[in-house]
Amino acid sequence: MGRTVDRREFLRRLALTGGVFAAASAGALYFRGREPRARGAADTLRDHREGLAVDRRMVVLRGPDPAALVERGFEAMGGAGAFIRRGERVLIKPNMAWDRTPEQGANTHPLLVAAAVRTALAAGAASVVVADVPCNDPVKVLERSGIRKAAAEAGARVAVPSEGPEVDFGGAVIARFAVGREFLEADRIINMPVVKVHSLSGITCGMKNWYGLLVGRRHGLHQNIDESIADLAAAAKPTLTIIDATRIMVSNGPTGGAPSDVVRRDLVAFTTDEVAGDAWAADLLGRRPGDLPFLGLAAGRGLGTGDWRSILQEEVSVGT
Amino acid sequence: MELRTVRRIWQIFFLGLFLLLIVLHTSGVAGIGYFRDYPVRLFLELSPLLALASILASGTLAAGMLLALLTVGATLLFGRVFCGWVCPLGTLNQAAAWLWFRGRGGKAAVERNRYRRAYALKYYLLLGVLLAALLGVNLAGLLDPIALTYRSVALAFFPIVAGGYIPSEFLGGWLIGLLFGGVLLLNLVYPRLWCRLLCPLGALLGLTAFAPLFKIRRDRAKCTDCNACGFDCQGGDEPMGRHRVRECHVCLNCVGACPEDALSYALLGELGEGAKLDLDRRRLIITASCAAVLPAVVTASSGREKGYHPGRIRPPGALPEAEFVERCVKCGACMKACPTNALQPAFAEGGMEGFWTPVLVPRVGYCAQNCNLCGRACPTGAIRRFTVEEKVGMPIRLGAAVIDPGRCLPFAYGRTCIVCEEMCPTSPKAIFFEEREVEWRGERRVLKMPRVDLKHCWGCGICETKCPVSSQPAIYVIPSGESREERDRLLL
Repeated sequence: MGRTVDRREFLRRLALTGGVFAAASAGALYFRGREPRARGAADTLRDHREGLAVDRRMVVLRGPDPAALVERGFEAMGGAGAFIRRGERVLIKPNMAWDRTPEQGANTHPLLVAAAVRTALAAGAASVVVADVPCNDPVKVLERSGIRKAAAEAGARVAVPSEGPEVDFGGAVIARFAVGREFLEADRIINMPVVKVHSLSGITCGMKNWYGLLVGRRHGLHQNIDESIADLAAAAKPTLTIIDATRIMVSNGPTGGAPSDVVRRDLVAFTTDEVAGDAWAADLLGRRPGDLPFLGLAAGRGLGTGDWRSILQEEVSVGT
Repeated sequence: MELRTVRRIWQIFFLGLFLLLIVLHTSGVAGIGYFRDYPVRLFLELSPLLALASILASGTLAAGMLLALLTVGATLLFGRVFCGWVCPLGTLNQAAAWLWFRGRGGKAAVERNRYRRAYALKYYLLLGVLLAALLGVNLAGLLDPIALTYRSVALAFFPIVAGGYIPSEFLGGWLIGLLFGGVLLLNLVYPRLWCRLLCPLGALLGLTAFAPLFKIRRDRAKCTDCNACGFDCQGGDEPMGRHRVRECHVCLNCVGACPEDALSYALLGELGEGAKLDLDRRRLIITASCAAVLPAVVTASSGREKGYHPGRIRPPGALPEAEFVERCVKCGACMKACPTNALQPAFAEGGMEGFWTPVLVPRVGYCAQNCNLCGRACPTGAIRRFTVEEKVGMPIRLGAAVIDPGRCLPFAYGRTCIVCEEMCPTSPKAIFFEEREVEWRGERRVLKMPRVDLKHCWGCGICETKCPVSSQPAIYVIPSGESREERDRLLL
């Protein structure tokens, strides 16, 4: 009579069946109604001027040797120690977006970047990272721009972030956007843009340079480029802006390409006011502030002044 | 050291070198740049099948492919050492079969390593491939083991592990990987079944090994007919009997396995009956008939000249389409080299003979202005060596950019954008804009409408890559106007 089930066997099977069903139900209930993918809390960019006693000011330097312009610029601004404290992590954000040579003027000049790296290290920075999220193939950009080689030889780590956490911008157009991780890990950020014409925003200099924080499909922001620029500038809060006008791109920007697109100017500006810096660059390119809505928007949000002469501290000639 | 140990060391060395060259052949590395001057084409250039098919189909041979003479010379002297010692697919097959059949020796092992008449199939395949090439349709790359392995590793498997700034992704790579998996799974039937049954390069080398100076020699006085030599025979060439020298991979397992030392790999062993080709005249006639008809059908339906696919955008430096498909062996080297991942294996864009040939897919990536890596990678000259200056100066054009006003943000949706203009790399920019005032539901808006000046456009496709209308871009490239086809000129 091996086919009959005794009481003990019946109870055993019942318990087993019940147990499996209970486990399956518990699992189903646990997963029921879950969001397909939980969205984590967003980071925020820190204030890179925190704790510094530096007022709004600007210094313009002229001379043929880019590295000397940077060294004298820091001196005129009160010394690198006014911006960088011993042990701080410094990030330098050049315009390193295009597969172009230094002569073509689409990226920040490598000699300027290298000089800034050396100055930051001499001021006691624990580390210096040079980072940008480029528009062209990163490897070609790093090599052809000359920035990777120059910055690495000066002692910096060169990074091209390809991913990063979402950052809360809380702006008029940009609510949340992914930002390269390196930008969130720095105590101080030095913005090092280059002066170029740009068909949509009029010019690209300091504030437009913050597009390079963003990873992923950022070109949708061009639908409202002026508010986007103001949103980015409001969030970035750089320690200092060093503007490369050693040569400026006067046509076919922001990519250029032909020698005739670039004019040599031998200028560099240091400023703690990005709006003033961009207004200065607009003057160099012969654009009126009224042609550049993003300048007015930024000034209106209290990010700085469009009247750069009002904060101009000094004009310096270096080694002419 | 035993000979088969020496052979194993070489096999591991060559497989390692093959894989290393694929890894080195990756998109650039910061601080090192691109591996443009490494011999990334080495293994492809060693294949006499690819070389012969190129000669038959196009009447020319790329200089680098003279390396295939090394393989021919080695085979004439030593037999199919390429199969047993060098070929990366041979090594992978051998490893797969070893894993599966390990510990199942004895009579079953002798049985599975017997010669089978079906193994002559590869000679018919070879005949078909060569005849089709002679008639202008080069299919050698689909079956050549080097091209097949390069394509599979580079396009299907490498992207799994590759990082980098622009991760590689090859559309339809799954099919390439699936077929490669199928080749390896054939080893579950008989060891190295691909090599024994299908490989047309193996067949070509089998034809070449008609009277090798070195071969397996059996001392009949010592032989006790124990059959131990068949336990691990890779070629299924029966060293215990009428040794089939054309099937022998020179793995030398038989020499090591013989308990009586009756077998040796020695100079001038007698050739015997085993050197005869096992071919049948009727089957040869059937093969030749099929191979004669196939190219005609393929060419007649290719749409090479009219009605061709708008996605058939070829890499810079590609020869005119007819000459291009005669040379291209679908190895994937150009696609592996492309730093922006723009070059992709074609599916239907190039007709049947263009299957897996490279096409530029600007939705995925653009053709970088200062780049000529695909031309440096191509083993056959289907993409010629071109200079960066030819792209910047625009003698080379890939096609023309087209704006679709039905999707373009300013044209269709009343929003500013002109990302395409910003990205355009030429000077002056091929994409310019026209300011236009429009009335948008009662509101006046001044918008910048992008326009394309074909005089300055070379079809790099960065406008399409970066267009915010990502799924079906509002600006895209068509191959019309490409410089390699004079008759497709768009502008006077």
